Amino acid sequence: MSDWPEPFVLRALAAGLGLALIAAPLGCVIVWRRMAYVGETLAQASLLGVALGLALQINLTLAVILAAVAAALVLIGFGRQKLLALDSVLGLMHHAALALGIVSIALLKGPPVDLLGFLFGDVFAVTQDDLYWIFGGGALVLALTLWLWRPLVRLSLHGDLATAEGVDPVWPRALFDILLAVTIAVAMKIVGILLVMAFLVVPAVAARPLASTPERMAVYAAIIAVLGVLGGITLSLNFDTPGGPSIVLCMSALAAISLLAAGRLRR
Amino acid sequence: MTGHSAHSQDTHNPGATACGCGHVHACPPDRSALVSARGLSLARGGRDLILGVDLDVRPGEIVTLIGPNGAGKSTLVKLILGIERPDSGTILKPATTRIGYVPQRFEVDPAIPMTVGGFLALGHRVSGAQVLAALTESGAGRLVNQQLSRLSGGETQRVLIARALLRNPNLLVLDEPASGVDHAGEADLYQLISDLRDKRQLGVLLVSHDLHVVMARSDRVLCLNGHVCCSGKPEAVAQHAEYARIFGPGSGRMLAPYRHDHDHTHGISGSLQSEGSLHSEDSTTPRGGA
Repeated sequence: MSDWPEPFVLRALAAGLGLALIAAPLGCVIVWRRMAYVGETLAQASLLGVALGLALQINLTLAVILAAVAAALVLIGFGRQKLLALDSVLGLMHHAALALGIVSIALLKGPPVDLLGFLFGDVFAVTQDDLYWIFGGGALVLALTLWLWRPLVRLSLHGDLATAEGVDPVWPRALFDILLAVTIAVAMKIVGILLVMAFLVVPAVAARPLASTPERMAVYAAIIAVLGVLGGITLSLNFDTPGGPSIVLCMSALAAISLLAAGRLRR
Repeated sequence: MTGHSAHSQDTHNPGATACGCGHVHACPPDRSALVSARGLSLARGGRDLILGVDLDVRPGEIVTLIGPNGAGKSTLVKLILGIERPDSGTILKPATTRIGYVPQRFEVDPAIPMTVGGFLALGHRVSGAQVLAALTESGAGRLVNQQLSRLSGGETQRVLIARALLRNPNLLVLDEPASGVDHAGEADLYQLISDLRDKRQLGVLLVSHDLHVVMARSDRVLCLNGHVCCSGKPEAVAQHAEYARIFGPGSGRMLAPYRHDHDHTHGISGSLQSEGSLHSEDSTTPRGGA
């Protein structure tokens, strides 16, 4: 426990708590719009960003953001065609993106790449630079999410009603997809490609039974995410378990308690 | 159409517009109407959803769109609301027209927590008192703290009507308001719409695939099947050959005067369909000339 004030622990806490706050309102909208699979696809596509960054020798976080946003734009484009359900497009894209990312990284000449680090993240490897990305980019994402909040809630409730009442049906959704891509790209380093969607969705799921309004759901999701981060990092430090999975496990435990309690109350 | 009320009994004229002038799109848009559409057409995937449709709704009148599934009723509504754009045709909506829209099949995902009161205030600058007044007017006052996803079909429709009223509309557009509502609740709902029309002098555009209850309440009926196959007063449309062909012979006889015997009083917070279902024998319209 003498490790407690170590700078790497403080950085892990700062990164985890910062992301928890940014992810909470986004996670609620993902649950309402049933976009978990979209998020998974964006996350897998961000591995391509890693390959791109390594190949071009540019900032990895920036490269990952670019790849995730590009994937979001492709998905927005696919959303406009009516031939195939988005679900089918995602089924193709999300595996293809992961495979392409892994193959591209394998083909790169140079020092070996820690693939597992990208797949599961490493919250204790957060650097000062990462914190700038999380808090700078995160503040922007949070501000834009709040700005889009009402239109997103109205479109989630009923697209046609919102449109008839004058809400633009295209831009809030498209902007949200891009914000989601940026958040996933920034969060990837901490919880990893495979778990980043859990970081977004699980707190929102846990918050749902407790909330009676959309805003309360977002606030409760933020509180649950913060508890998950604190619990996960404590678990990790004491039992030497991997950081990202420990955080997601704590969040999932909270969600299970919340859902079970809600089920019991309803009976 | 009603601007040419002398023609309103003239219900069918192949190749002509529903205004009954005898030639295609000869009628200019009606500038006194809340909405006046001429020659609306929309095709999707090589199929005409609607073709050359004219429509006027004036203050204080109830216009009902009927037609079989896939006739383009909801498409026409979406064009009127501006959700979709027509391939051709014009829609004249004066700047003073304020539309209140009640959509079809409003099923809220239970994943979205939302109280009725919160839903009504969403995107509106309104006070709690205004929200409650609108709910009371639509007979849903006691629902203000309920979760939106837990309402019954009839309750949902009343909440949607309350939300539409908060926009202080002069044109109310309702797409299949009685879907998911039982027969007694349906009669109550049409009574509410008719009362609102009388009290607020609203123009009402109503979509229905249901004939008997709705049509008797309407000032004008448009029978849609891609194009307007007949239109006019409910009694005239009911006698029309095209109408009989679409809805089956004898369907005209289903048109009986709307009857709704009030053997109960509505509380200040309104009555809901669960209450009304006790009186279902009184409030449904006799069928088939029984």
